[in-house]
Amino acid sequence: MQISEAWLRTYINPAISTEQLVGQLTMAGLEVDAVTPAAAVFSGVVVGVVVAMQQHPDADRLRVCQVDVGTDETLQIVCGASNVRVGLKIPAALCGAVLPGDFKIKKSKLRGVESFGMLCSEKELGLAAEAQGLMELADDAPVGTDIREYLSLNDQLIEVDLTPNRADCLSVEGLAREVAVLNQMDWSTTAISIVPVSLTNALDVTVTATDACPRYLGRLISGVNAKAETPLWMQERLRRSGLRSLGPLVDVTNYVLLELGQPLHVFDADKLAGGITVRWGLPDESLSLLNGQTITLDDAALVIADDQKALALAGIMGGSETAVSDDTQNVFLECAFFSPLAIAGKARRFGLHTDSSHRFERGVDASLQNRAIERATQLIIELAGGSVGPISEVTTTTALPQRPAVTLRKIRIEKILGVALNDELVTDIFQRLGMQVQAIADGWQITPPGFRFDIAIEADLIEELARIYGYNKLPSSSLLMRSALSPATEAVLDLDRIKDLLVDRGYQEAITYSFVDDDIQKAVAPDSEVVRLKNPISSELAVMRTTLWCGLLKAALYNTNRQHTRVRLFETGLRFVNQDGNTHQQKMLAGLALGAAYNEQWGVATRKIDFFDIKADLQALFDLSNAKVTYQAAPQPALHPGQSAEILDAQGRSMGWLGMLHPNLEKQLGFETPVFLFELDQHLVLEKRIPAFKPLSKYPSVRRDLALIVAEDVLVSELVECIKASGGANLQEVNVFDIYRGKGVDDGHKSVALSLILQDDTQTLTDTEIDATVSGLLNQLTTKMNAKLRD
Amino acid sequence: MSATLEEILAQALPELAAVNDLIQLDKVRVHYLGKKGVFTLQMKALGSLDPEQRRSVGQIINTAKDQFQQQLDEVKLRLENVALTERLASERIDVSLPGRGQSVAGLHPVTTTLRRISKIFASVGFNVVEGPEIEDDYHNFEALNIPSSHPARAMHDTFYFDAHTVLRTHTSPVQIRVMESEQPPLKVIAPGRVYRCDSDITHTPMFHQVEGFLVDTDVSFADLKGVVYEFLRAFFEKDIQVRFRPSYFPFTEPSAEVDIECVMCNGAGCRVCSQTGWLEVMGCGMIHPEVFKAVNIDSERYSGFAFGMGVERLAMLRYGINDLRLFFENDLKFLEQFN
Repeated sequence: MQISEAWLRTYINPAISTEQLVGQLTMAGLEVDAVTPAAAVFSGVVVGVVVAMQQHPDADRLRVCQVDVGTDETLQIVCGASNVRVGLKIPAALCGAVLPGDFKIKKSKLRGVESFGMLCSEKELGLAAEAQGLMELADDAPVGTDIREYLSLNDQLIEVDLTPNRADCLSVEGLAREVAVLNQMDWSTTAISIVPVSLTNALDVTVTATDACPRYLGRLISGVNAKAETPLWMQERLRRSGLRSLGPLVDVTNYVLLELGQPLHVFDADKLAGGITVRWGLPDESLSLLNGQTITLDDAALVIADDQKALALAGIMGGSETAVSDDTQNVFLECAFFSPLAIAGKARRFGLHTDSSHRFERGVDASLQNRAIERATQLIIELAGGSVGPISEVTTTTALPQRPAVTLRKIRIEKILGVALNDELVTDIFQRLGMQVQAIADGWQITPPGFRFDIAIEADLIEELARIYGYNKLPSSSLLMRSALSPATEAVLDLDRIKDLLVDRGYQEAITYSFVDDDIQKAVAPDSEVVRLKNPISSELAVMRTTLWCGLLKAALYNTNRQHTRVRLFETGLRFVNQDGNTHQQKMLAGLALGAAYNEQWGVATRKIDFFDIKADLQALFDLSNAKVTYQAAPQPALHPGQSAEILDAQGRSMGWLGMLHPNLEKQLGFETPVFLFELDQHLVLEKRIPAFKPLSKYPSVRRDLALIVAEDVLVSELVECIKASGGANLQEVNVFDIYRGKGVDDGHKSVALSLILQDDTQTLTDTEIDATVSGLLNQLTTKMNAKLRD
Repeated sequence: MSATLEEILAQALPELAAVNDLIQLDKVRVHYLGKKGVFTLQMKALGSLDPEQRRSVGQIINTAKDQFQQQLDEVKLRLENVALTERLASERIDVSLPGRGQSVAGLHPVTTTLRRISKIFASVGFNVVEGPEIEDDYHNFEALNIPSSHPARAMHDTFYFDAHTVLRTHTSPVQIRVMESEQPPLKVIAPGRVYRCDSDITHTPMFHQVEGFLVDTDVSFADLKGVVYEFLRAFFEKDIQVRFRPSYFPFTEPSAEVDIECVMCNGAGCRVCSQTGWLEVMGCGMIHPEVFKAVNIDSERYSGFAFGMGVERLAMLRYGINDLRLFFENDLKFLEQFN
């Protein structure tokens, strides 16, 4: 909410600067977002009156005016505005004046005629963004008075960003009350003079939705002049609160909303059919709103209706058919209390947010309606004339918000705030806040006023105390607390360790959005059932990722499109998969690499990464937990069918995938080089065994090398498994150190060179024993793998 | 000394002196001291002499041999030195050339910031807990005292899957999940991704928060202030000015926003702090009795505080990053600045 400081200070005027005032509000929880001057900086402009006017001899559009600016002699000023006329009062910038934008006014000649100043529009004074012609001042404007003083332009606009609990401050009176409390000053509410009733006409008011509308007041005012000019002071106060003047009737309702915090509505009484009913909407009932929007109602929409149809969306916006216009002569003035629950969320449902809905859904003082309707009546009569009918009121007392007393225990103040406050201070703070305070044993019974919707429990009262006392005056203590030793879990690897390893191996950590483009998601994981957002921010961020690859591929493209030829990224985070009717949120770890295996460097030929570079990175990662994994060739829709492996842990559980991005996808996504990807289940990667010591062998180990010729389709891992299975207890290690194809090896075959490390825990192995082990192995290899020893 | 030996030495010593590499030197050595070398043959010839002569001639041969050996050692040392000098010269490299091998990358600045935050809180015994990102309405809102009609819901631009399932808008639901399953005393921080349906120059639809809370008997607002002060000073490694401003969150009462003195201008006023000299860095407060009620913790016996902060915001202030959107573009030129 934005209000004028000058207006606020008509209620409460502490001897503090704007800056101090703003500081007080902010530190009391009424955060001031901005303070802006009511008018741009200018000087040397006074109220002038055009006393004579002649056509410029050499210019059709210019007039030569004689202007009285309160000095002995009139000034000759050449003016081009179309609305300049004799007798008009206008802002006149004198020679030496400086207008907004540092525009200096000097004596000048326009087409040969001397001009001693300038007559100004609102735009030229920085009071409006656009203007048509000169700013026209009221006939009673005192000639010669500085325009800043006349229009009270030396004012600041204070914009307060109120939290939803402080609806009571959505008015000048509400803020004045706070300022009074903070400065421990007394203040008075707006003085209202009640206009005597002079008509007997009244509309029947019926409220059927009594819970939603516990109080409804309305009255007829006849014979108003809707074309009357809203006085400058009111226009200015509205303007400084960010509202345009829309004629006296609407201006008055807006003004009272700002002044007291009570939204009101005026209907054109001649457009109403019969009495007024406050009821829930009917199915398929439609309503055209003031903003031109037509909405379809239902029984969750509270409306004001006449005998025929819905007229207004209660507490939110009036209808266009019964709106007041320049021709309006008779009005029905509405002033109601709608319960927050009846209004909350309703405006948003129709895409609306109005000053009225903003206040009703947060809570308007339910005891304010009588004062507010009298205040609005008074102002309408002042501005637009007319005769006043009696107030029709329907109040359902039982539906009005209750304000039960809340108990505050002294001991809780100290327990929660860490400081004891003295009784006088406590009482004073609550009384100034408008609460009824009754002392009881060990505390108080405190009854909040109607305008406070946020005081329901003891903690609310303690917060009020802290707020007024000052959060920064409250003590601060050094942390003293019970502490328990935290467990040092060893069977789970720390994710940070994995991240550090990948970083050390040249993978940059990325963080990508958890929601992704449906198209990429479909391309990368066509078989996964996605979790779809109901209200995505854009189609590019519409479905939850079922694999981290979606984001990594996009991030990699972002970089390859920016001249990066080598990209290595990893990410950790959740993937979201719908399965068996449930959404699984699974922690994953994924990586991507493309381009050269190493940064281009001297002395080493540059080569592109391949499957085994990435596999080595993964192997390092599994070594952290000493996991024994197997890589099983298996198809994966996103991966090259000949270069993709499912990674299984020792118990055969799928840990994830490694492979080359399918060439079709590579092309479709716009990559110009092969891309390698991996994705692993964090949970399985982080599983670790606590090491169990095995005594060291005192005897030497022996190495034997074998070169085996096998058919091309025999997997090396099968050979190794076969050797391990038949190698006996002394076989410690099997290592592949060469793969050979070519001369000496038949087509369709390969030679696999392996080293075996043999060692016994109890003795030095003899050649005979070693030979026996190896020949046993070879027998198995020949039988099972059809392997031959290479000559 | 016999004439023969004198002759031998007279020939051998200049021969040694003339040698200029180790291979040649070895040939000379073999020629004189080898199994069939000159001196060896002389020694073998001793056997034919009578014992008296044998001793004196033997002595003479040994003296000559020693003299030769000494000379040989000297030459050898000299040649080795020469060879070493040559080798050292030939093996000189340009040490300014870059090293070879795999380059090291780095962590995302959000991760780095989260790690620092976690480390600071872990040092006083806070445990790190994570929660789901697809969250139900109950944990994200209802249990946190934000019923469906509450105006505070408008403060959260929520992503929905259906009427009851949302992307969590804050990390506060972890508070509920922990308190549902564990009894006080509790000291927890909960970092993670959160989501708001909002995207412009200062908002991204996904960002990170760290929620922290402590529940015990006799926890007061003074304890909250102390923890927040100490944390901010530890995080910014500076004795920074901190202020607490009353604010409103449905799940805390009293609630506060925490401002720090602007780290860009040291409180003088600049564009980053909108000329106020202060920067809002976190929200906090005493856990609301309604929240305790939702998780069956007796608010008469226990009290607690909770705080929440935006990780990107802290990272931006710490490293002077001026655009939030950079965090999720994953431009290597950006990321590598934090390696």
